[in-house]
Amino acid sequence: MEERRYRSASGGPIALRALQHSASCRELAVRCPRLQLRSLSAVTSAVWLAAYGLFVLSQNSMVLSAAIFITLIGLIIYLHFVKIDQESLLVIGSLGIQVTSSYASGKESTTFIEMGRVKDVVINEAIHMQKVIYYLCILLQDPGDPQGVSEIVPLFQSSKPRLDCLIEVYRSCQEILEQRKMAPQSN
Amino acid sequence: MVLKVFFPSCCSSAESGILVGRWLSEQSSAVILAVVHFPFIPVQVKQYLSEVQRVTKVSVSVLGSWSNSKQEKEENLSKFLEDLGTIFSHEPWIQISKEGDSKFWSCSTLQKHSNSPKEEEVILIYYDQRKVMLSHLHPPLDTATSTDHEADDASKLSAIFHTVAKSKILFMTDRYDDGPIKLTHWQSDGAEASIIVELMKQASVPACMLLTFLLSLVSRICRSRVLKFWPLSFLWSKLSTCEQLGHRLQHLQVISSNKKAQTQTQLMRKANIFVSLLIDVALGILLMSWLYRKNRIGRLADTLIPVADHVAEELQDLLQWLMGAPAGLKMNRALDQVLGRFFLYHIHLWISYIHLMSPFIEMILWYVGLSACLGLTVALCILSDIIALLTFHIYCFYVYGARLYCLKIYGLSSLWRLFRGKKWNVLRQRVDSCSYDLDQLFIGTLLFTILLFLLPTTALYYLVFTLLRLLVVIVQGLIHLLVDLIDSLPLYSILLRLCRSYRLAAGVKFRVLEQQDGKPLRLLMQINPLSYGSVVQTYRLPTYSCYPKDSWISLCKKLFLGELIYPWKHKGEKQD
Repeated sequence: MEERRYRSASGGPIALRALQHSASCRELAVRCPRLQLRSLSAVTSAVWLAAYGLFVLSQNSMVLSAAIFITLIGLIIYLHFVKIDQESLLVIGSLGIQVTSSYASGKESTTFIEMGRVKDVVINEAIHMQKVIYYLCILLQDPGDPQGVSEIVPLFQSSKPRLDCLIEVYRSCQEILEQRKMAPQSN
Repeated sequence: MVLKVFFPSCCSSAESGILVGRWLSEQSSAVILAVVHFPFIPVQVKQYLSEVQRVTKVSVSVLGSWSNSKQEKEENLSKFLEDLGTIFSHEPWIQISKEGDSKFWSCSTLQKHSNSPKEEEVILIYYDQRKVMLSHLHPPLDTATSTDHEADDASKLSAIFHTVAKSKILFMTDRYDDGPIKLTHWQSDGAEASIIVELMKQASVPACMLLTFLLSLVSRICRSRVLKFWPLSFLWSKLSTCEQLGHRLQHLQVISSNKKAQTQTQLMRKANIFVSLLIDVALGILLMSWLYRKNRIGRLADTLIPVADHVAEELQDLLQWLMGAPAGLKMNRALDQVLGRFFLYHIHLWISYIHLMSPFIEMILWYVGLSACLGLTVALCILSDIIALLTFHIYCFYVYGARLYCLKIYGLSSLWRLFRGKKWNVLRQRVDSCSYDLDQLFIGTLLFTILLFLLPTTALYYLVFTLLRLLVVIVQGLIHLLVDLIDSLPLYSILLRLCRSYRLAAGVKFRVLEQQDGKPLRLLMQINPLSYGSVVQTYRLPTYSCYPKDSWISLCKKLFLGELIYPWKHKGEKQD
């Protein structure tokens, strides 16, 4: 259960943890940088300075209480809906792939994709803002067309690891995906 | 392929016995439904299982053996269990054994006719039987469009949910039954039921019949010939209250029908309609009690006439402003005075009618307010209708202004064509060149000039009244949007998602439990509930939606040409 350090596409530090639970089950978790106290206090002081400035202009104390309220609500919304702490991939051979994102407030959002729907796991390129980045994605099988792809599910969208980390994850996934091609019994 | 065993967590502490369930060979999975305890007679077990199979249409069979040994004994027990494999021939024969209170069980398979002698990997997946049985799996929206048969094959999870859900009869035998078979499953301690629910079920049948009878009476009255005469039928079609009442009547008919709901969707729809009606009526009664306390409705009626007077005065001021030099524009004095005096007289007539009705307003409003007990949506529709009636003169002004402007625009465009020597060919629906006589050209140019110079006056009147009409339409539209929202929100589904989230499943999630080397992989399967957005989207109740039928561009075009706009179209009306 070792943690390897890598960098994300924007330069922030991320950590990859690879766990092998059994021969056909692996868990790969990427941990994003935590919420910095610096940026939190900077935003809070900016909001309160602006509110105090408005208070001096308008002499209405509702502005101050509204600013406190807005800061609290904004922080709660940010922690619960925006800030992702950890993204993990659980690959269980012959069952499926499970993608979990855990938010800073403890909420976890999970998606499970059955192995029958998974065509392949590939590293793809995309244009994101002003950069071209690599990202890992799951290709889903089109039920009507055996060669076609019906949907692409991108992984690690919030942490955006660089190519070296993605190659590690890719290798782990492919080792398990190959097992299903190797042992098709008479079904 | 890896062997997957779905084991119910309620059987973890069961006594030794044999495992009963369904084997899905294409996925190499065994779904264990119950444990049959010793002593039993194999023939009776087989008979019982074939009966269960006949009723549920799920192929239930004996899959293996389960041994829960408290001490380190049972060498002969393991031999005995292996021999059982020969009696209930099943390929592969699964043997699960638990020692003492250990969390880590050992699971092995016996293959008699296997070609590969190597040990295949086993994954042990625990699931909560009660939750999986009660839950309804919602397929992702893209696979929902494919045929059912394909969807069943493609989704292995739905096969598991289907197996557990259909085996209700297996879960009916509990340990207090005196049969030859002793089972352990989630309900083996006895089924739980609530007295209130049972009483309500018994009471619902006569209540439904009574409601159906009353509703048939009401609908027969509504459909009678008396109400179909021309002025009345026109009135009913224009009032939105009647639409809403008809909609609610339809809902009541759906709820009070005697047929039991066949599918999950129908059941949820009935429940949603019932809860929506209940909340609507409760809110309506709350509103009514608020209105009638301290005679607020009397005060409302008293302020209604002054408000109508005030609106009329504001309109008169507006017309006086238009008759002068509005915004510095110079109007044609004669036309201005004619139009202004015409509209002023109209307002004067309207005010006289309102004053004539003023002694009756309070009584009418008092009785109309009583109908708020039929629901908040009905009260809102009545409000929208009252607004429409009070601003009827604005609607009239808009129609006059629009017709005048429309005539002017058509005249202008036709005479402009004459000015250029062209003509509109009605047969070919295109513009053709035409040679006019001199006197035709002369009169045409004169008329064109007159119409052109009178255009600003008419256009200004048209603009002002169109803006007023649009304001009223926007206010009515907002009220209707609110009514639509209350009508279509699936409250029961949202409450279910809040309180019993396992009933609406979007999928499953797996959690890896503690592992030990040499023992099979242990996973816990939990239900992943549907998100609130998908709940609302899936279970939304259909309404007589009144969305604007024009896109923005066609709306602007109609406004420019002076065509009358009817922004709200109801689903039942014929499209012209």
